[in-house]
Amino acid sequence: MSNLKLSCQEANHVCDKNQYKEASFWEKVKLNIHLIYCKACRKYSMRNGKLSKVIQSSKVEVLDTTAKDKMKTAFEKELAKHQ
Amino acid sequence: MPNHKIDPNNWIKLYSDYLFNYTITRVSDGVIAQDLVSETFLAGLKSMANFKGEASERTWLISILKRKIIDYYRKINSNKGKAEVRMSYNSDTDAEGDWLEERVADPFDKTAEDKLENSELGDAIHDCLGKLPEKQAQVFKMKTILGYDTETICNELGITASNLWVIIHRARTALADCMQKNWF
Repeated sequence: MSNLKLSCQEANHVCDKNQYKEASFWEKVKLNIHLIYCKACRKYSMRNGKLSKVIQSSKVEVLDTTAKDKMKTAFEKELAKHQ
Repeated sequence: MPNHKIDPNNWIKLYSDYLFNYTITRVSDGVIAQDLVSETFLAGLKSMANFKGEASERTWLISILKRKIIDYYRKINSNKGKAEVRMSYNSDTDAEGDWLEERVADPFDKTAEDKLENSELGDAIHDCLGKLPEKQAQVFKMKTILGYDTETICNELGITASNLWVIIHRARTALADCMQKNWF
């Protein structure tokens, strides 16, 4: 029975993983059991889910790391000429 | 009175993602957007003397970027030939044959308002990301927006998986706080 219970910290960790679909089935079951009786984690879960949804719906984009590095080296070369 | 200072050393770190997101909503081609952003930084560097400090660095860079985007559209429009014949009904060769259906307005298409809201939302997200410590922002972007694997990120940044999840947790909590006011 005791291994069905998660601490709040563990619950939040599972919730974070779940935002990236990386939580296992049992972890999700345990998370849901925890959420039944823990108000603080319910709140965290709700906000976390909303954050994921908002970011997904915004279709926000960032530079990928290689492109950024390339841009950085090119820019620094120019910057060196200016200083 | 100059209120804002200019410091090109941090430009890439602070503004490249914001400018990139701004560009991609307007030109919808990743490679071109990248080029426009790096041209903007270079142009900014050249005309640093013109920076009066009335607006923030970011606003100033955006104003340069806007010109670059306009120039880009002007250039592709003036390419010889394209200016005259603009009658291609569809560029997809697969869909050859059905003209009319293709040209009826799609009721499920995004409306202008949706797009506007999306770009405002994108700005809000970038503002909140900008307030995070650099490491948190970097890890969060790689994981959430670029969708890299945990393993890839760990290898690239030299951190452990549990490290990564702690960083993600902090970033998500801070972001949710920041976004809560206007967007939840």
